[in-house]
Amino acid sequence: MSTKLQEDSGRELKKENQEMTGSSMLIQALARENVDIIFGYPGGAILPTYDEIYRSGIRHILARHEQGAIHAAEGYARVSGKPGVCVVTSGPGATNVITGIADAMIDSLPLIVITGQVATKVIGTDAFQEADIVGITMPITKHNYQVRDIEDLPRIIKEAFHIATTGRPGPVVIDLPKDVSEATGIFTYDQPVDLPGYQPTYTPNKLQIRKVREAVTKAKKPVILAGAGVLHAKGSDELLAYVEQQQIPVVNTLLGLGSFPASHPLAIGMAGMHGEYTANMALHHCDLLINIGARFDDRLTGALSDFAPHAKVAHIDIDPAEIGKNVETHIPVVGDAKEALKMLIAENGKPSECTEWKEQLYEWKKEYPLWYEKDDEVIKPQQLMEIIYEETNGEAVVTTDVGQHQMWAAQYYKFDKPNHWATSGGLGTMGFGFPAAIGAQFAEPDKPVVSILGDAGFQMTAQEMSILQELNIPVKIIIVNNSSLGMVRQWQELFYDERYSHSIFPIQPDFVKMAEAYNIQGWKVDDPKKVREVLQEALAYDGPVLLDCRVAKEENVYPMIAPGKGHHEMEGIKP
Amino acid sequence: MKRTIIATVHNTSGVMNRITGLFARRNFNIESITVGLTENPSISRMTFVVNVDDERGLDQVIKQLNKQVDVLKVRDITDEAIIARELALIKVVATPETRGEISTLVEPFRASIVDVGRESVTIQVTGDQQKIEAMIDLLKPYGIKEMARTGVTAFKRGTKKSVLDSPKYSIIS
Ligand SMILES: Cc1ncc(C[n+]2csc(CCOP(=O)(O)OP(=O)(O)O)c2C)c(N)n1
Repeated sequence: MSTKLQEDSGRELKKENQEMTGSSMLIQALARENVDIIFGYPGGAILPTYDEIYRSGIRHILARHEQGAIHAAEGYARVSGKPGVCVVTSGPGATNVITGIADAMIDSLPLIVITGQVATKVIGTDAFQEADIVGITMPITKHNYQVRDIEDLPRIIKEAFHIATTGRPGPVVIDLPKDVSEATGIFTYDQPVDLPGYQPTYTPNKLQIRKVREAVTKAKKPVILAGAGVLHAKGSDELLAYVEQQQIPVVNTLLGLGSFPASHPLAIGMAGMHGEYTANMALHHCDLLINIGARFDDRLTGALSDFAPHAKVAHIDIDPAEIGKNVETHIPVVGDAKEALKMLIAENGKPSECTEWKEQLYEWKKEYPLWYEKDDEVIKPQQLMEIIYEETNGEAVVTTDVGQHQMWAAQYYKFDKPNHWATSGGLGTMGFGFPAAIGAQFAEPDKPVVSILGDAGFQMTAQEMSILQELNIPVKIIIVNNSSLGMVRQWQELFYDERYSHSIFPIQPDFVKMAEAYNIQGWKVDDPKKVREVLQEALAYDGPVLLDCRVAKEENVYPMIAPGKGHHEMEGIKP
Repeated sequence: MKRTIIATVHNTSGVMNRITGLFARRNFNIESITVGLTENPSISRMTFVVNVDDERGLDQVIKQLNKQVDVLKVRDITDEAIIARELALIKVVATPETRGEISTLVEPFRASIVDVGRESVTIQVTGDQQKIEAMIDLLKPYGIKEMARTGVTAFKRGTKKSVLDSPKYSIIS
């Protein structure tokens, strides 16, 4: 059976300045924005739009729960760099995408979310399936709109795409009342966006760039912290070029993995709560910290009072509000990461003399590598990650859910290329990983997509196996099955005296049978000697496969910075 | 520290909601907000009096406001030459014997008695916050029955502070 990943999207462009319905305008606008896929779920208030979707032939993927649709749109956005589009109905359809909107907001993913709404004349009357989506999503969107007048619709869609995809990307909600989608008006799209209150700064101030250059020259222990901002700015090549020019070691955030090749000699690894010892030590002991597109999240910094105590901090960010929010910044640089890096390269400053520093880092790396104890009887999750990495030659697109498996994947899968990694960082949304893999596979139809999931998180959006079945999407689902809410169990073991309150599953579904119910290959593996072979088979299989990998149940993620502690207080750094 | 911030915003439905929601969820401590139209009917002006711990807190308030798409301009005008005004309505206990006294009291404030009841009078006073506070202090001994304050609205002066505006009430308090 062939996969149906690359169906042509029906994109018939109608002429502008003619009369058409609101829903027709919407589809026309989407076509003009080069949207070739929509993830969604129909219902009453959005029916006129679905009628237009039907007639236009624009590609639409029917999820089985709106949460699946929005996480798929997020996965698509993260991997493709294009905005993800999600269409749902009013009321419950719209409230079902709230988690995904919040997730996209905190992880800066460009999304256009179109929610149906009850007709304008009954708004405010508690009408059937009415929910105040503009009110509800105000704090979790970059911006949102309710379309009250058909005349405003083309402008609003245009602004929405502009806002979602420029500056710091983020989700924009367009709440579309049913009567507005049915009303007719003149469609004009070819107009400039006029938003005087929204003018993101792309080109940094030259003086600030110069200050970074001077700070680098003076530094003895410089380090770059590369975050997702580098990926959003499509600035990985520039980062590599700058690092090669200046020979500065690079630490990544969880979301920034892939922005700098992990196999590069100057790659120090991921920092943070479960980051590598050397990466955290690099942040702790550096005298110059150049943050490029990271937001100093608490899972990265640990206790702020102990964070980078000796460092002069330079922070490059397109969102000025991130600079100085959590960490005092000495050299603020507002601008696009790619632009800033280009300017830094052009400065061609005198590199820092930091041979000793680098030697120290390499020494730590040798002395305190990631570790786990191998076992002949039971699959170690870390070992599973290593095998996945090896068997995909490090070239798969990997998505994860949230929990221990996420941390192990981040630790052991070494990303050399950008946009091969989708994970829920800021919100830590269980249920994200699997639908995100579906979106990722649509973004990269020719690449292997591996979805590494916990047995708990998978159950939150498992219904989307329907999409795999329907379209024969070759996503490989790898369930890291420890029969528990692993990360919760770990915290209860470490911080709650092993009182395992509701974190160990007394029963589990048969995941293989679940797969079979959806007509998907489902295989179970529990023998460490067989896991490589089974994985090879799954990767070679032409279609979706679910692997139920039974792993060691009480394995903990190490090393670790306990909550409230600083980088210098890491635990579990050695066997 | 107390800071006065003004913002011009696009007069869209829900803009007030956006701003107050922002203050609440970012844990900004706000003392008053006023909002009203400007000479351009599609643009409103908001005046905030906020309480921040330090410069960084202030910086965040301004940046987060600026980040809103509907916010056109934000400015901390605390240290500038500004005109800041607030209006307060204060209902105080007044007997026929004390009415005259109250009336003399409010005069230097250029406040006026806008309503007289059998057992109370209502005073309207306009001015900067200090002046309002001073007025309230003086009226307290009579017994304040009810009070409503509008919050501060402010903008920059065209020229330097004029002599006309010197606080005449300060001699009393
Ligand atoms: C929607 C949601 N609910 C609860 C949590 C809290 N939480 C974080 S990790 C975790 C356990 C996840 O278990 P599993 O999916 O099996 O992954 P594991 O940690 O075992 O790898 C939970 C419940 C969350 N992150 N998201």
